[in-house]
Amino acid sequence: MLQPEVRRELIAIVGESYMKDDMQSLVTHSYDGTPMLQSLPDAVIYPYNTQQVSEVMKVLNRQRIPVIGRGSGTNLCGGTVPIQGGVVMVMHRMNQILEVDLENLTALVQPGLNTKHFTTHVEQLGLFYPPDPSSMSISTIGGNIAECSGGLRGLKYGTTKDYVIGLEAVLANGDIIRTGGKLMKDVAGYDLTKLLVGSEGTLAIITEATLKLVPPPKYKKTMLAMYKDLNGAARTVSKIIENLIIPATLEILDNSTIRVVDAFANLGLPLHMEAILLIEQDGDMESVERDIASITAICNSEQAEQISVAESAEEAERLLTARRSAFTALARLRPTTILEDATVPRSKIADMIMEINRIAAKHQVQICTFGHAGDGNLHPTALTDARNADEIHRVEAAFEEIFEAAISLGGTITGEHGVGMVKAPFLEWKIGKSGIEVMKAIKQSFDPFNILNPGKVFAKESRKRVVIDRG
Amino acid sequence: MIVDKTSENIRLSSLTEKLRLRLDEDQLTNCMRCGFCLPACPTFAETGIEAESPRGRIALMKAVKDGIMAPDVEFEEQMNHCLGCRACEPACPADVKYGQLIEQTRDAIEDHTETHRGWVKLVRRTAFQTIFPNQKRVRWIGKGLRFYQTSGMRKLARKTGAMKMFPKHLREMEQILPEVALHGVVEQIGIRHPAKGDTIATVALFRGCLMDVLFADTNIHTVDLLTEAGFEVVIPEQQNCCGAMHAHSGEVEGARSLARSNIRVFKAAGVDYIVSNAGGCGALLLEYDHLLHKDAQWKDDAKWFAERVIDVSDLLVRFGRLLVFPECKENQSIRITYQDSCHLRNVMRASDAPRRLMRQVNGVEFVEMKEADRCCGSAGTYTLTQPAMSGQILDHKMQHARATDAQYLLTSNPGCLLQMMHGINQHGLNGQMKAVHIVDFLHERMCEADE
Repeated sequence: MLQPEVRRELIAIVGESYMKDDMQSLVTHSYDGTPMLQSLPDAVIYPYNTQQVSEVMKVLNRQRIPVIGRGSGTNLCGGTVPIQGGVVMVMHRMNQILEVDLENLTALVQPGLNTKHFTTHVEQLGLFYPPDPSSMSISTIGGNIAECSGGLRGLKYGTTKDYVIGLEAVLANGDIIRTGGKLMKDVAGYDLTKLLVGSEGTLAIITEATLKLVPPPKYKKTMLAMYKDLNGAARTVSKIIENLIIPATLEILDNSTIRVVDAFANLGLPLHMEAILLIEQDGDMESVERDIASITAICNSEQAEQISVAESAEEAERLLTARRSAFTALARLRPTTILEDATVPRSKIADMIMEINRIAAKHQVQICTFGHAGDGNLHPTALTDARNADEIHRVEAAFEEIFEAAISLGGTITGEHGVGMVKAPFLEWKIGKSGIEVMKAIKQSFDPFNILNPGKVFAKESRKRVVIDRG
Repeated sequence: MIVDKTSENIRLSSLTEKLRLRLDEDQLTNCMRCGFCLPACPTFAETGIEAESPRGRIALMKAVKDGIMAPDVEFEEQMNHCLGCRACEPACPADVKYGQLIEQTRDAIEDHTETHRGWVKLVRRTAFQTIFPNQKRVRWIGKGLRFYQTSGMRKLARKTGAMKMFPKHLREMEQILPEVALHGVVEQIGIRHPAKGDTIATVALFRGCLMDVLFADTNIHTVDLLTEAGFEVVIPEQQNCCGAMHAHSGEVEGARSLARSNIRVFKAAGVDYIVSNAGGCGALLLEYDHLLHKDAQWKDDAKWFAERVIDVSDLLVRFGRLLVFPECKENQSIRITYQDSCHLRNVMRASDAPRRLMRQVNGVEFVEMKEADRCCGSAGTYTLTQPAMSGQILDHKMQHARATDAQYLLTSNPGCLLQMMHGINQHGLNGQMKAVHIVDFLHERMCEADE
């Protein structure tokens, strides 16, 4: 509970209706999209502009009260769970597109802006904002920036970090900083823009963003290739890249995922296939057709059972929609779905999928795998039940081994979901002791009293990197 | 847990117990909090507040079940704030049955509520236990209303300002209420109606309780369309209210009892389909199997019933002969638009059929209204219980309706229809735009052929 004096100060800044600490508000801001995590905040605040954010931060910093920035709360790493209580700062009221600059091809937006609204708006102007996380119909640009969201188009177009070129942010002490700008080149000092993207709300509260827009591709084509052999599919992925083709989308679904997605979206997928590759290329018509022909040849050489090219834009869109809902569609099999995002160099994708299957069998857990195969970003997804403590224990052990395997293959513990609470114990495995020290020093200089999203990224204690065989 | 045993605490702890018993734990666990339901939810769209979303409401239910919070007055209010439009269900990839969860919650609350004032309790008891279970009594109310409308009492009430005693939203509703028919569909045209031409199937019409009082003509027109398309129609005389209002207001036992009685009547009629022309009724009829799934004696018959329920537009499109509409006269093309009935779309999953029918009519240009799939704010008794939110939603709806520039605003449910009439009246669109049930519109266009 906030002290009455602090409460009064916060209400004086945002107004009575935008500072809530009734039980209903606390409960509905105690979770995000991550399973099995819940912790009540002390209050929820809805600022209207940068000035209010700054004034709120001054109060909270003086009182050493944690503050957790929140968009729509769809992240999968426990990034917005107020694990140490404090004030959840919801950015929904700051949701405007302030400017679309057609001369510089940039947009100036507020953090609470819905990602889908934004992409639809710029598409109507004949422009393109490529980052497309699965949650885009509800997530916000601010949330996407804080987590550096990826999506299906990451392989060819990059992720959120590649489109944020300027930021306005409020520091822990209430100071307002501006980084970057409508600039494609800018080496004035350290790149604070890139540092803040993906900082998970631990360094500053983002209040405005300058985003880079690009011309939309003129033509695109979507195809499916189906395999009875999972390894054939994985080798196809590596071979496509080896042949210097970078598809806009190169996704993989394994058998159990295929079954679930089909039941959800009624696509008539062949259920006896071990893997499906969903491939999309965009660009000039001529080069797209050429690439699709080369990819078809590669699929054939890897014994694809069936290859089909979407005949219409609607059909292509339907196939993409099915992939987008894969994560949540899996939830139909079991009550609890735990989705990770271990990522490896794309040449190692076949090895990683085989490792995941081996580890799942060893721990007797069901793990379905799908993901952005083209950029090595897989989503091994455990289907389980939060009420079964023994099974959850085995799932955790399996994921620990999966992280270990990813790092051994030259990969990382998280490709696009962020560290948050869930992967904090494993961060040191990836970046080492010195890496942690540097990051902690950065955190310290931005937020000396550790009030910005405390308990995230850095674990109290790192997990020992020795996997004990529990079987 | 509770030390101070004041009466409020006792009530809360007993409500908590009831909620723990009633709420389906599997459904609560199935919600993975992905948030995909948020963009579909009208109250979230209006407020942007997490607690006003399906994910938020489920989290509140779970918090009560887990003992994190008490089901206090704010909790009750939040549960009543939900329109029950169920737009979150098709949006949910995990297939969480939100409609069941909100029903279970309201049912438990209704058993323990202290918030109803005395007259509300009396009205509820009279309506749910005395009037709706008996179609004759519904008709008496209709007759009373008709007397009020035609005897000069209405004129007098409006003239003397007596209507000003009522809240604004009731006053406005009184203005748009259509003139009540003297007789229902069976009294007017009889029980059995042979198909024109070869019989494709025999169907039973579910006439609806209020539908048959306020929109008896729509029932007659439904029979005409069905026979024209090749269906033999029976209208079982002993049928009564579907129980939707009971189920959505926390009177589940009342709904079950009505369901049993309807099942008995329609089973005796021995038909291929049970046709509804009101999305709100159809959706509950379709879920009779769920309503009675724990009733060993009735569950098989309930399944028989539920499997046969279909909306009139879906039946016409899927199984009927193509209706013949006259060629249009030159320069007489009219523009129409459509407001989905939430329960027709989200529960009966028939959003395509009405649109296909409208496109079949000659000389008619169908324009899709922005957010046609979003609730209009009528939502059963929501207009009466939550006038502020209902009004806000309706304002946005009418902005979109106006933008279509349509002369007809069609819909598939009496509640939505009244709300659209109300909206048109309130937004000064009388004379430019007319709200009509899709069946009446199709009937009118079809009959021009005979002229």
